[in-house]
Amino acid sequence: MTKPFDDYKGKLPELILTELEEAAKGLKMPEARKMLAKALEQYENNQAEPGEAVGIVAAQSIGEPGTQMTMRTFHYAGVAELAVPQGLPRFIEIVDLRREPRMPIMEIHLKEKARGDEKAVIAFAESLEDVEMSQFADIEENFSKQTVAVRFKEEKLEEHGIDMEEAKKQIEREVRRRAKEREGASLVFEPGFSTLRSLRRFADRIKEVKLCGIKGIRKAIVLPEKDGSGWFIKTDGTNIKAVMELPEVDPTTVYSNNVREVEEVLGLEAARNALIKEAKLVLDGQGLNVNPRHVMLVADVMCYEGEVKAIGRQGVSGSKASVFARAAFEETVKHLHNASIKGHSDNLSGITENIIIGQTIPVGTGLVKLGMKE
Amino acid sequence: MLEADFILKHSLVPKHEVMSDTSVERLFKKYKLSKDQLPRIKNTDPVVDAIGAKKGQVLKISRDSITAGKAVTYRIVV
Repeated sequence: MTKPFDDYKGKLPELILTELEEAAKGLKMPEARKMLAKALEQYENNQAEPGEAVGIVAAQSIGEPGTQMTMRTFHYAGVAELAVPQGLPRFIEIVDLRREPRMPIMEIHLKEKARGDEKAVIAFAESLEDVEMSQFADIEENFSKQTVAVRFKEEKLEEHGIDMEEAKKQIEREVRRRAKEREGASLVFEPGFSTLRSLRRFADRIKEVKLCGIKGIRKAIVLPEKDGSGWFIKTDGTNIKAVMELPEVDPTTVYSNNVREVEEVLGLEAARNALIKEAKLVLDGQGLNVNPRHVMLVADVMCYEGEVKAIGRQGVSGSKASVFARAAFEETVKHLHNASIKGHSDNLSGITENIIIGQTIPVGTGLVKLGMKE
Repeated sequence: MLEADFILKHSLVPKHEVMSDTSVERLFKKYKLSKDQLPRIKNTDPVVDAIGAKKGQVLKISRDSITAGKAVTYRIVV
């Protein structure tokens, strides 16, 4: 960066500076200085002032275009795409922070060496899909003998290249029991349960044994990389942690649309980024033009307390310090009741509380208080 | 637990640094802050774990921002 621009480092954001520098090409030194001074003035004029109700502005700026969003769940009409909830349902999912989104999706990019060959990528994608025992064998309970029999479908096993002995061992490991008979293509367990229910539960456990693939991934499809460098994988069902550990995968780009999962594996700041990315994706997908600053403010509020909190009774609104503010939102009686039993006090420092008792709200000029000097 | 390297190099994870006591003091003075006014981050957070930050320390987080290019924020480990 040339001299006059260095002086403005820290005063103007990096993005504006690089843009200005681009625009200043061909300008003489004094002209460039003049432009920078003007830019700084404009920038400072446009900053939010102390006391400005940025939260309300954000709420309105997202809420108004939000009314234009499709209310129905929208599906892609395509061959190799997954049906993703869009519009309002997905946006609600994001701010409510559902434990598992309706359609959890993961994007997996492979290391450069591995992404070129389409066939190899498809094979790899298939190996990710988790397959349960019930697809490879008939599992029957025999209540009179109190046994559970597993009869393998040999062709199916061969199709997926699974060794039967391996599968048998896998089952025995998972249920922590040795089979009574293990001849040929069948396996008989005598777990020693006398009730019907426990026997049935035992059979269900065998059915759920994972033979291959990664837990949670139901389907994996292969799509071309945008830059044409090869192929990447999109999955239905997510498991960032397990996928990142695979040697073929580029661990730095594994992405899941499940914000809670991102928080768990990659931390709070990554979850904030995922929140912004997902919310922007919904808004852009609906053709709505919302300034990203509003979305970022919402994400910041959700991440303020050290963990991602939902917007609503369980999260941000429910953990406000003021009794009145909480009572004004939802569950009025509960909050007033608890406060009166426990003798809580309210400092009346927020907006809602002051509206309730009819005082000037601490916003804008109302933020300034008079003090007395001794 | 995932390898620390995997977490820290992930594209979603911005750079976290533990601040020295003097730079924390300078920060608090500059913005007239106290510790309880900073945004928080849990000490069980995978990134906090990976860089070995302790309770009460302040982290300097250099985010990539869509609006500003680079943005710096601070969080206190609780």
